[in-house]
Amino acid sequence: MTLRNGWEMVVGLEVHTELKTATKMFCGCANSFGSEPNTSVCPVCLGLPGSLPVLNERAIELAMAIGMALHSTIAPSTFHRKNYFYPDMPKDFQISQYDLPINLGGYLDLPDGSRVSIERAHLEEDTGKSTHLGGSGRIHGADRSLVDYNRSGVPLVEIVSGPDIRSSAQARAYVVELRGILIATGASDGRMEEGSLRIDANVSVRQADAPFGTRCEIKNLNSLRSLQRAIDYEAARQVDLIEEGGTVRQETRHWDENVGATSTMRTKEEAEDYRYFREPDLVDLAPDQSWQDRVRAQLPPMPAERRSTLRARISEPVPTVLDAVEVVIDLGLDPFVHAALDRGVEPALALARAANELAGDLDGTSRLAAAAFCDTLLMEQRGELSATQAKTVLAELLARGGDPRDIAALMGYEQLSSDSLGSTVAGLIEEFPDEWTRYRDGDEKLAQFFIGQVMKVTKGQANGKAVVAELRARR
Amino acid sequence: MKTAEQVAREVRSGATTAMAELNAALSAVRERNEELNVFLHVDEKGARAAASRIDERVARGEAVGPLAGVPVALKDNLCQNGVPTTCSSRILEGWRPPYNATVVDRLLAAGAVPVGKTNLDEFAMGSSTENSAFGPTKNPLNPSRVPGGSSGGSAAAVAADMTPIAIGSDTGGSIRQPAALCGLVGVKPSYGLVSRYGLIAFASSLDQIGPLTKTVMDAAIVLEAIAGHDPMDSTSLPEPAPSLVAHVESGVVGKRIALVRELVDGADPDVVASVDQAVAALREAGATVVELSIPEFRLGLSAYYLIAPAEASSNLARFDGVRYGLRVKRDDVTAMMEATRTAGFGAEVKRRIMLGTYALSAGYFDAYYGQALKVRTRMIEAFARAYRQVDMLIGATTPSVAFEFGSKTSDPMAMYLSDVFTIPTNLSGEAAISVPFGTGEAGLPIGVQLLGPGRSEALLLAGARVLEIADGRP
Repeated sequence: MTLRNGWEMVVGLEVHTELKTATKMFCGCANSFGSEPNTSVCPVCLGLPGSLPVLNERAIELAMAIGMALHSTIAPSTFHRKNYFYPDMPKDFQISQYDLPINLGGYLDLPDGSRVSIERAHLEEDTGKSTHLGGSGRIHGADRSLVDYNRSGVPLVEIVSGPDIRSSAQARAYVVELRGILIATGASDGRMEEGSLRIDANVSVRQADAPFGTRCEIKNLNSLRSLQRAIDYEAARQVDLIEEGGTVRQETRHWDENVGATSTMRTKEEAEDYRYFREPDLVDLAPDQSWQDRVRAQLPPMPAERRSTLRARISEPVPTVLDAVEVVIDLGLDPFVHAALDRGVEPALALARAANELAGDLDGTSRLAAAAFCDTLLMEQRGELSATQAKTVLAELLARGGDPRDIAALMGYEQLSSDSLGSTVAGLIEEFPDEWTRYRDGDEKLAQFFIGQVMKVTKGQANGKAVVAELRARR
Repeated sequence: MKTAEQVAREVRSGATTAMAELNAALSAVRERNEELNVFLHVDEKGARAAASRIDERVARGEAVGPLAGVPVALKDNLCQNGVPTTCSSRILEGWRPPYNATVVDRLLAAGAVPVGKTNLDEFAMGSSTENSAFGPTKNPLNPSRVPGGSSGGSAAAVAADMTPIAIGSDTGGSIRQPAALCGLVGVKPSYGLVSRYGLIAFASSLDQIGPLTKTVMDAAIVLEAIAGHDPMDSTSLPEPAPSLVAHVESGVVGKRIALVRELVDGADPDVVASVDQAVAALREAGATVVELSIPEFRLGLSAYYLIAPAEASSNLARFDGVRYGLRVKRDDVTAMMEATRTAGFGAEVKRRIMLGTYALSAGYFDAYYGQALKVRTRMIEAFARAYRQVDMLIGATTPSVAFEFGSKTSDPMAMYLSDVFTIPTNLSGEAAISVPFGTGEAGLPIGVQLLGPGRSEALLLAGARVLEIADGRP
């Protein structure tokens, strides 16, 4: 969406990601999603009097890995207390990094070639989770409030971008690329629907090249769709406001997905004074060079690198193929594609099956052996399976695993050998002499006619490409 | 009454039993607790179980620790599994921690028998125990006087011969000041020497746990038992407990000591006289004593009363009625928190939360908290300069002997001033010990303070031992 009358939006994002550590940030409790409420708790993450935090080394390593992937400087850092009262925060302060974050600066390059600067990526702890029952259903005016502290003390990294984003589509691309990095580093599973990725968007508008306007912060955008819609809505709202002679007030706003609008949560004047100060219960954090080197050595290739590696192996510059490359990289399916290319599968087929069939059942890919994927595609390429049959076989492999040849046999897919395809084609040439003559004289459209006839005869079990090859051979 | 050293020796040899020692302690408590208000809770059942375990081990010929069968009193800001822990505050009434402080675990491992929880100024904020929500503790040496604070209950337990040893915490002098006022030895260890895990925090960067005992040797035994790295406390020093008992009789021959002008200025004449006699005794024992001025010490009180309340305002936020302790019911969570905290905290705690909140607020941070941190840095540098010239410092622990009840309660500043000599060590995170030396007004004991750099406990204990002998307790 472009804004009218030369307005430009300026967006910066704060992305919070829960780290996939085995234990919480400051204690030994399991970091697990979906356990019975208040079962993964101890004196430390319940903030009981006298308890003290001890840093989880794995959380530090994952935070460093994220920073390294974002080209940040790993800096000596400290922890602060962010003080405010809230029932799901057991100490009534949150331990967070403030003026000295572990990752300073950096950037993220997007697939469209644009670059978004990173201001910082710092460590902090998550809060518990409140549920408000009855009455208003919100914290004030509910009949009862229940708190689950399982999430309390789960490690988070907050990644703060510079105000470099200029459209909601770019914001989306930034989050997708960042999510790819978080998945690649092992820091996060990237599941927005489970809340392991939460986004706040700072939005302002200005005339091109004018100084930045006053920004509003939209809190807790939990899906890519919400992110895009909320940014577009908010930028348009600010333009309307300014053009009507009003001014934008610096404030925190809430996005209502159902209404499709943002509304005021609190103004700058109402903003809390968090009284940040150094957390005296923790010591400073300064990972030495050898620790940093160990983390860096274990970094897998990031999406950008994997994308260019994959593109380099694909000759046809078709836009749809490029879309498939994006999907394959975002979802980390490129190892399957590389395996297929290694075995001689055509790039377009390998990409299409990965971007559609595998992407449709990501959980199933854990059951799918790369060899089985390659075998299925080769069978399809050789004409032993039709496209429909190959897809069915893949679906079965994703659901239960196994050997594609056994599955094809079990499904009763007739092996259309080139011999039987040859005799089918020969029969059709006899049956449709006029059409055959026109095809032989160069009317390629007739190929489709013969494919249709072959499919009819074989009940869809033939492979279109194999039919064309057979027709060409007899031309 | 027997010292801890004697009790442990006799328990090990079979001359007495842990149960007999416990019974003696319990009967002393029964006799005087009502009058003195020392213990807020006596855990008779738990204590008997601990004593039995020790006696069984001795009977089986198993090794028992250096505090075998020694009854110990715990300041009621230390968590003990299943035992009510209040910090002398209404806000924690009825709360029983589900875990032991590391110090409690270590005392138990050393064979000690925790008898109960002692009174303190609410959340350790005070110098007389008059700020306790459960009434003041009286000084066993003169019940019209305060025992000092905030570890006043722990000091009184030892001074009243209820237990041979007690554990306190020292944020600005809360071990050394009551030790001085009750005629005991009190150690504020180097920051990080003793784990704070399970100590309900007042000011995390200043708090340290330490012993209150009758003798220097007992202080060494207790400190050696509770010190050493704890993985549960990130600020805990990385090394194991130092060897202290072995150094108690090392003497001070050749040691250089500085009498610090700022650690006696403003003290009563009887106190100054005791410090002078202590200096003479140290010279007599072979030390060189010089005089030194450390002007930065004058800034300590102001810096302390910004840093400690600032940290406290955050540490005490969790007492909100949501999870444990007092809850004053209201329709709304914010109203419930406000009502709970209003009803649960006493006046001094509220005063310090207000002070600390203000000092950390946007617009005031730099002028107050930020400035106090700079003073703290200067204090650390000033100590470091002094310790390049001498091995330890000497001065008074408190400006006066134990004062009358009510004499300072109407004027917070007068009360705060009773910690003026002890606060600098907390700000620098170093070590100090108070040892009784001479008596003053009304025959009450006077405490002399020895201060040393971080990890200098062995040196300080040896110095204190010299003074103990010179004061007639060989």
